[in-house]
Amino acid sequence: MSGGAAVGVTISRAPAAQSGRKLMTGSEALARSMIAAGCRFFAGYPMTPFTEVLEHMARLLPASGGVCMNAESEIEAVGMAWGAAATGALAATGSTGQGLSLMQESLAEITLARLPLVVLNMARGQGDYFQATRGGGHGDYRHVVLAPKDAAEAVELVGLAFELTTRWRNPVVVMGDYYLAHTSRTVEIPPPRAPSVPAWALDGSSGGSGAAKLVSFLGSYKQRDDVGYNLADHYRACAAETKAMVAGVTPLAETHHVDDAEVIAVAFGTPARFVLAAVRELRAEGARVGLVRPITLFPFPSAALAAAASGAKVVAVYENNQGQMVDDVRLSLLGAVPVEFIGGLSLDDSGFGIGPELEVGEVRRRIEALLGRGTSGA
Amino acid sequence: MSTVTVRGTVVIDVDACKGCRLCIDACPPQVLVMTGHEVNARGYRYPQLLAGCTGCKACSQICPDFVFQVYKYETPMEVPV
Amino acid sequence: MPDARIVPTDRPPAEPARLVDDFTPALIDVGAHHLCPGCGEPVAMRLAMEALAELELVRRAIVVFGIGCYTAFSNNLDVEVLQALHGRAPSVATGVKRMRPDTTVLTIQGDGDMVSEGLQEVLHAAARGEAVTCVMLNNGVFGETGGHMTATTVIGQRTKNSIDGRDAEYHGYPILIGDLIARLQGAVYVARGSVHNAGAVARTQKMFKRAFEAQIAGAGFSFVEVLTMCPTGWFIPTPEGPDYMTQTLGEVHIMGELKVDGRIRTTEELHDDNVRKQREMEDALARGGIHP
Repeated sequence: MSGGAAVGVTISRAPAAQSGRKLMTGSEALARSMIAAGCRFFAGYPMTPFTEVLEHMARLLPASGGVCMNAESEIEAVGMAWGAAATGALAATGSTGQGLSLMQESLAEITLARLPLVVLNMARGQGDYFQATRGGGHGDYRHVVLAPKDAAEAVELVGLAFELTTRWRNPVVVMGDYYLAHTSRTVEIPPPRAPSVPAWALDGSSGGSGAAKLVSFLGSYKQRDDVGYNLADHYRACAAETKAMVAGVTPLAETHHVDDAEVIAVAFGTPARFVLAAVRELRAEGARVGLVRPITLFPFPSAALAAAASGAKVVAVYENNQGQMVDDVRLSLLGAVPVEFIGGLSLDDSGFGIGPELEVGEVRRRIEALLGRGTSGA
Repeated sequence: MSTVTVRGTVVIDVDACKGCRLCIDACPPQVLVMTGHEVNARGYRYPQLLAGCTGCKACSQICPDFVFQVYKYETPMEVPV
Repeated sequence: MPDARIVPTDRPPAEPARLVDDFTPALIDVGAHHLCPGCGEPVAMRLAMEALAELELVRRAIVVFGIGCYTAFSNNLDVEVLQALHGRAPSVATGVKRMRPDTTVLTIQGDGDMVSEGLQEVLHAAARGEAVTCVMLNNGVFGETGGHMTATTVIGQRTKNSIDGRDAEYHGYPILIGDLIARLQGAVYVARGSVHNAGAVARTQKMFKRAFEAQIAGAGFSFVEVLTMCPTGWFIPTPEGPDYMTQTLGEVHIMGELKVDGRIRTTEELHDDNVRKQREMEDALARGGIHP
C-alpha cells in the first residue's frame, strides 16, 4: 500500500489502464471498479451516502452488458442479488448500515448457501464495525471485511473483494463512508475482467438429468432419500469452509513509524488518514509515535498489530464511534500492551457526515496526552 | 352371476402409501377400498382394488404420495363379480 | 383369510394394456417425502413439474423455493432448485431471470410465505412485469408450524392462534392475492386452481401451462395460486380435506382464471359465475335432466 510498509502480503496492483488516471468521486470509483472487476448485477435502494453508487451503477452497468435494479427495498435488493449470484454472475449490492440491517437475514443465508456476493456498506460514521465484522445477522458465519482509506485504495480493494468472494464462495463486505463516497481523487480503473462461470451455477441445463443442481442454505446436495435436509451436516460443512477461509485470507494492514514507537495509534478507513496526519506531525517533532491501519477488518490483522506493538508502551485506538474495533485490538494484544480508546463520535448534525471532532489537531492532542505516560494506562 | 366392465387397472406401491384415503372418495366407480386391519411397512392402512377399474387416473392424480401406476386395457373385459 | 373380491395390484397386468400414469412423475426423483398424509402440496408441485415437462422446458427451468412444508420436497425434484428465504422468492427469481433470460423461472411459495411475510415482494415483481411465474400453494394456514393463521385464512377458519375461528373484527379480513395481482399492469396471467379432486387437478394443470406459456412469450408476470388440502393444520380427519376445502377456503378463494390476455375477472365475478352455473344445472335437472 502507498505511504507505508504493508504487513503480510501486499495487494496485487492491477496493470495500468489505457485510460490512465482520472479524477472522480469515491462513489464513481467504486462503481467503475466493480464493473471492471466483472460485476454484472447490482441492486440497491437509495440511502445517503450509498445513493451515488447506485446512481453510477444505474448509468454504467447496463452499458457494460449488466443489469442494475432499482429495488423497492433493501430486502428486495439483496434478494435480487442472491438470485443473480446463483446463476454464476458476479453480483453486488449495498446500502448504509441501516439498510444493511434490513438485508441481514438474507446475507446470513446467502453465506450458508455458499454464494459469492460483494456488499458495500457506505456507512454513516464507523458505527457499523460490529455489524460488518461479526456477521451481522443470525447464525454461524463470517464475512471478509475490507476497509479502504480513500477512493484509490477502494478501487484496489473492490478488485480484491471480487477475487476473494469468488475464491471462497462467501460474501465480502467493503466498508466505505460519507467521506469516501463524496470526495474526489484521481484513480486508475483497472482494465475489465471477464470472469468464468463456475460449475455450481444454475442455468437450468441440468434439469431432467437425474442430477439437477441445487443451491440452498439448507445444503446444496440432493439427499436422495425421504429425510429432507440434514442441516446439522450442512452447518458442519459450512463451519469447515469458514475455518479454511479465515485461515486462507491474508490479513492486511499498513504500518507507519512503528519500529521504535512508544505510542501506536490504530485506526481504519477514512479517519485513519486524519490519524496518520497527526502521527506524521508528531514524528516531525521527534515524538516516538506510529500507526497501524487494519485494511482487512475481518480477518483482523492481529499478528501484524501484535508485532508492531511489541515494543510500545501504549496502543491508542481511534474510531469514529463509541469503541468497537478497540475490542479486536485488545483481543489481538491479549493484555501485552495497555490499550486506550481515544476516538469518539464525530458526526455533523445530519448524522451522515463527519463532524468537527475528527480533526488532525484534536487527534494529535489525544495522542500527545498518552506520550510519556508509561504503562499504567490500561 | 353379474359382471362388471373392466377398462383398466392399477399397480399400487403399498409401502409408499400414508393411508390418507383421498383415493377412496376420488374413485368414480368406487372400486378402491382401504384395508381393514392390514397395514404396510410404515404402519398405514392402504387401498386395494375391486373389479371395475376404468383406468381414469382419478386416484393417481389426487394421491399425494404417488402410489398408483395406472393402466388402460387395449380391450375392455367383462369380469364376474 | 384373503378377500376374494380384491384384484391383485402388485404387478403390471398380463393383458395388453398401456401405461397412462406412472408412480413417480417425470422430474420427481424420489416420490417418498415427509409431507403429511392427505397433503395437497405434492399434488400441486407434481402439476407444475408435469407442465414444465409437457412444454419441454425441463432443461431450462429454475425453481426458486420459499419456506414452508413444501420446502422439504425441493430436494426431491429433478429440476434446478434455488432455495430462497420465507417471503423473498419473487426477488430472488427476479435476479435469476434478469441474468438468465433464456430460462423458465418459477417460485413455489405458500400463503404464509407469499401473502403474510412477502406480500410486497410478489406485488413489486408483478408490477415490474418480471417474466417469471409465481406459484402460491394456499391452504390458509402456516402448515409447517402446525396450523396458524395467515393472511389468507378465511373468516371463521379455526387455526391454533385463532382457535375459535378467524374473527373479522379482531383478526381482520383475508387477502385475495390473485385479485391484487391481476390489477397490476405487469401481470399477464393470473389463475386460481385447486387439487381437491381429479377435475380440479386437470384444470390446474392447464393453468400452469398457460402461465409458463405467458412467461416464454415474454409477455410479463404470471401467477398461479393452488388451493391445497392441509388436514393437519385444519385439525380434521384426513379424508375430509377435499370437502373442508371446498366448504371453507374454496368459498372465498374461488377457483378460476382472474386475468387472461389483459381481461380481469374478479373473485366476485368468478363466484357469480359459479352460482349462475349451479342454477342452470339445477334448472336443467328440474326440467328432466342434463343428458342430451
